[in-house]
Amino acid sequence: MATAPTMPSSRPPVAVEHRTTWTLPKILLWVAIAILGGISWTIIALVRGESVNAIWFVFAALSSYAIAYRFYARFIVTRVLKVDDTRATPAEQLEDGKDYNRTDRRVLYGHHFAAIAGAGPLVGPVLAAQMGYLPGTLWIIVGVIFAGAVQDLLVLFFSMRRNGRSLGQMAREEIGPVGGIAALVAVLTIMIIILAVLALVVVNALAESPWGVFSIAMTIPIALFMGFYLRYLRPGRVIEVSGIGVALLLLAIIAGGWVADSGLADFFTLDKVTLVWALIIYGFTASVLPVWMLLAPRDYLSTFMKVGVIALLAVAIILVRPVLEMPAFTDFAFNGKGPAFSGALFPFVFITIACGALSGFHALISSGTTPKMLEKESQVRLIGYGGMLTESFVAIMALVAATSIDQGLYFSMNAAAGVTGGTAEGAAAFVNNSLGLANVTITPEALEAAARAVEEETLVSRTGGAPTLAIGLSQILATLFGGGALTAFWYHFAIMFEALFILTTVDAGTRVGRFMLQDTIGNVWPRWKETSWRPGAWAASAVIVAAWGSILLMGVTDPLGGINTLFPLFGIANQLLAAVALAVCVTIFMKSGRAKWVWVPGIPLVFDAVVTLTASYQKIFSSDPSIGYWANRQRYQEALAAGETSLGPAQSVDAMQAVVRNTFVQGTLSILFALLIIIILLDALRVSIKAYRGGKVTTAEAPYVPSRIFAPSGMVPTPEERDLQEEWDAWVAKHPDDVMANAGGAGATEPAGGS
Amino acid sequence: MRRLPRAVMWYLRELFGENAYDKYVAHLARHHPGQQPMSRREFEWERTDRLDRNPGARCC
Repeated sequence: MATAPTMPSSRPPVAVEHRTTWTLPKILLWVAIAILGGISWTIIALVRGESVNAIWFVFAALSSYAIAYRFYARFIVTRVLKVDDTRATPAEQLEDGKDYNRTDRRVLYGHHFAAIAGAGPLVGPVLAAQMGYLPGTLWIIVGVIFAGAVQDLLVLFFSMRRNGRSLGQMAREEIGPVGGIAALVAVLTIMIIILAVLALVVVNALAESPWGVFSIAMTIPIALFMGFYLRYLRPGRVIEVSGIGVALLLLAIIAGGWVADSGLADFFTLDKVTLVWALIIYGFTASVLPVWMLLAPRDYLSTFMKVGVIALLAVAIILVRPVLEMPAFTDFAFNGKGPAFSGALFPFVFITIACGALSGFHALISSGTTPKMLEKESQVRLIGYGGMLTESFVAIMALVAATSIDQGLYFSMNAAAGVTGGTAEGAAAFVNNSLGLANVTITPEALEAAARAVEEETLVSRTGGAPTLAIGLSQILATLFGGGALTAFWYHFAIMFEALFILTTVDAGTRVGRFMLQDTIGNVWPRWKETSWRPGAWAASAVIVAAWGSILLMGVTDPLGGINTLFPLFGIANQLLAAVALAVCVTIFMKSGRAKWVWVPGIPLVFDAVVTLTASYQKIFSSDPSIGYWANRQRYQEALAAGETSLGPAQSVDAMQAVVRNTFVQGTLSILFALLIIIILLDALRVSIKAYRGGKVTTAEAPYVPSRIFAPSGMVPTPEERDLQEEWDAWVAKHPDDVMANAGGAGATEPAGGS
Repeated sequence: MRRLPRAVMWYLRELFGENAYDKYVAHLARHHPGQQPMSRREFEWERTDRLDRNPGARCC
């Protein structure tokens, strides 16, 4: 018992002292976890010559996460940040039932996870698999422990200490106006790139696939139905309507198979450009319609599917334990000539896998929304660090699924149409003759059979990661449920949930981007700040949609293949935002007297800056046309000037001109991103050095207010917390009128009952 | 074993905010006795419409 016995009438303490007593069973448990982790890592990383079973990836990941969460995250929280559970959180001080809501830690964990995780951790690892399984696995697990989860945790903590300030506001307050403006520009541009690239993944997964298009199209009437149900029939009954929605969604997937076999198939067979226009119209409409109609119900559906699918995936991988086909490294890790994206392991693996290892976008959620809902400071470890570890595990599962499919199939799917010609024969010729990997072969018949198994027209050049992952998942899930007969269903099930997550991000992202733009314009023209002012809302939405829509259109029509030219930009943008977030953290460390711990955000910041700047440097200055945007542009310009009518995958003058145009846009964005990161880093460095020399605490933390409530800190309460909770329950029963103990408190206690 | 479905239901209700109305009514009854609570419909409409102004970003 960590708490002193108290008089029944006095208020119980608001925090327990977390002291560790190392008992023998506890020591043995951690030794066992460490040994299991060690064995798993040895098998993954060092044992060669035999195929590796996926289960070792699960063990390696989970034991590493457990050790990191127990020791490193705890060290950061207690020694570095010095969280203080006697201090009231913003949710306790400012509770208003709207933005500031005390939320049960387990529920908040769900909210936070649903907000940070989407299709990102499912896509990046699939593309990075072209280098073999080891680079991706190492970066996902080591990266999350020392970079991604640390970033999420620190940003969450600092935002909480500032009443839930956003990342942009913190950059302005802690670094200064230059850093602040650069951060704002970075956030807006990055949002647009992310929306465009995610939408590109959807388009590539749905093009020429009547089954996929039908099922995804049906999500719109399903969401509308749910919206009207919640608005007019039974307001607030979210679970029942989501249950109905999920059932309809499954029906839509099954019906997609019927549609694909019927006369309607042609109607739902759309090419990429048509799909882009459909998405643009959809994105604009969703952003100006009231949220209750489309956005909110789609979000419920997406959250339901997210939790369900990820649980299903974990169970399936553990039960099926597939054997990996991919080797630890392929030659592409070193020669940088991979077809999914160009560039060698360093720096491009760290750019391609952002979500799941280190994702700057999370800083937008860890600041602003989540910190306003925490009940206790110490819960930042569970929500910030733990939430990101969970996303990392999703990324590991995606990597396992992608590396467990046949290598020849993997490379046929992930090479751009420019090199495969889009046909099974062309893809087989490319894989067998030009790919340059020994032992990797495929026949046109095998490719056609693979496409038939999932009832798709073709699987050749289905870039973007989603179809590859769907193949991997369908093989794993079909082993478990339904066998070969259900392979096509599981493939389209996987495509469906990836598309659903992405469309939810596109909906919400367009709207958030619209508000950012309105807010920015509002600084000079106040009327724009009124979010209900229709002309402003429409115009701002149109600008955001046009921005991501034009990049998307450029991507799908790119003769060189949109994914391999745009995905690096997406990764660089996301890692740039991580650099902003970590730079803000470093600055706050220096200003708040934590200089001796500055390596905690400092090491990931330096690593991230080196990676991002090296990648940007190569994208801008590399003389290798397959990597450098400007080098490639020059190559095409010279060819055009020489009167040539085709070059590489560009088979016409129009296509060659498109390459010249696209590389200009991509190259310019690369320069913009690199400049932004340099400005922010220099400004943060300047402020940090000044703060360190000054030796005073100058940071803008909100004043200390004593807490008057109690809540456990981890997922499962410790025995001390359980005892204290009982004390509180007894006290609350005697003091039913206590405002603090009861405000919003229904969520603070265990599920009702327990009998 | 009977606790598990109950705990799952509790979790889902909390996660999706289905019990927000019950909490609101309990809150009013305790702190502002005599004040007439909004109807469920009014309450839910207001709750959703707040998202119009603050939809919350969704990451990738």
